Amino acid sequence: MTRVGVVTFPGSLDDRDAQRAVRLAGAEPVALWHGDHDLQGVDAIVLPGGFSYGDYLRCGAIASLSPIMAEVIAAANSGVPVLGICNGFQMLTEAHLLPGGLIRNDHGSFICRDQVLRVENTDTAWTTGYTTGAEITIPLKNGEGGFIADAETIARLEGDGRVVFRYVDVNPNGSINDIAGISNERGNVVGLMPHPEHAIEEGFGPDTSVAMRNGTDGLTMFTSAISALISA
Amino acid sequence: MPTIVVEVMPKAELLDPQGKAVAGALSRLGKSQYTGVRIGKRFELTVDEVTDAVLADVRDLANEMFSNSVIEDVVSITVAGSTPLVHDDSLAVSIETVDEN
Repeated sequence: MTRVGVVTFPGSLDDRDAQRAVRLAGAEPVALWHGDHDLQGVDAIVLPGGFSYGDYLRCGAIASLSPIMAEVIAAANSGVPVLGICNGFQMLTEAHLLPGGLIRNDHGSFICRDQVLRVENTDTAWTTGYTTGAEITIPLKNGEGGFIADAETIARLEGDGRVVFRYVDVNPNGSINDIAGISNERGNVVGLMPHPEHAIEEGFGPDTSVAMRNGTDGLTMFTSAISALISA
Repeated sequence: MPTIVVEVMPKAELLDPQGKAVAGALSRLGKSQYTGVRIGKRFELTVDEVTDAVLADVRDLANEMFSNSVIEDVVSITVAGSTPLVHDDSLAVSIETVDEN
């Protein structure tokens, strides 16, 4: 069975939600520990959301220097699928696996809402199951989710199609070009601020026009990576 | 014990929501003479001895760990004269200025 590691850092909050998402997507979740130098042979890695180290120094900065991140960086550079969600996205930028950075929301407040995203790139390891241009709804919850980068980096990301998800209707945090998620050049590393692991099971997801809390648009992110690994 | 002080500021061209919030509060207090506020970070590193090697290491740490060059600039690295029981920046000796805006 495909094994997907979820790294727990001090202050991770959504590690068990991510593990549950992996299980519902049909793979075996493997709990990984920040202090180890061991990926336990997993086929893919999720860096979950939360407030590692209390967001001290900068969000994700101290976690990005954790022992296990040496192995995560090496795995990412060898093509292993890596998904960073919220705080995990912040760690990926701090670890220089993804360009740019995340700063405090432009309006200064923490925000929690069901957010519509447009899937802009369906060639990454985590988005092959979506159709290009699909609009999906998954929860967003952050205080420091404003994506920024210098103009040259933004032009490169846009030109190379590395903007994977874009906010629709509302830009909730001041991100440049409504960018919600990006990928590395190879497409195996994806980071996004919204939380796909909170929209994976009917009864526990965002509201839809059909019923309350039955949105499962986030599940495809996990099944995309897992089905690619199975067919590989 | 000597102390090395590193100061980091958000990049000038980026919105600093914390500074903006404080500026808003000042304005509400009627203090219209302050037209802007920006908030940064100050790191105080205590060492047994300040050597060239330590200063070189602090310079690396300042650029690679204490700041993120995408969003912040290291504006100063200074050596304070003695144990800073009283903070007195007039005693501080500037040894380097990086990326001063």
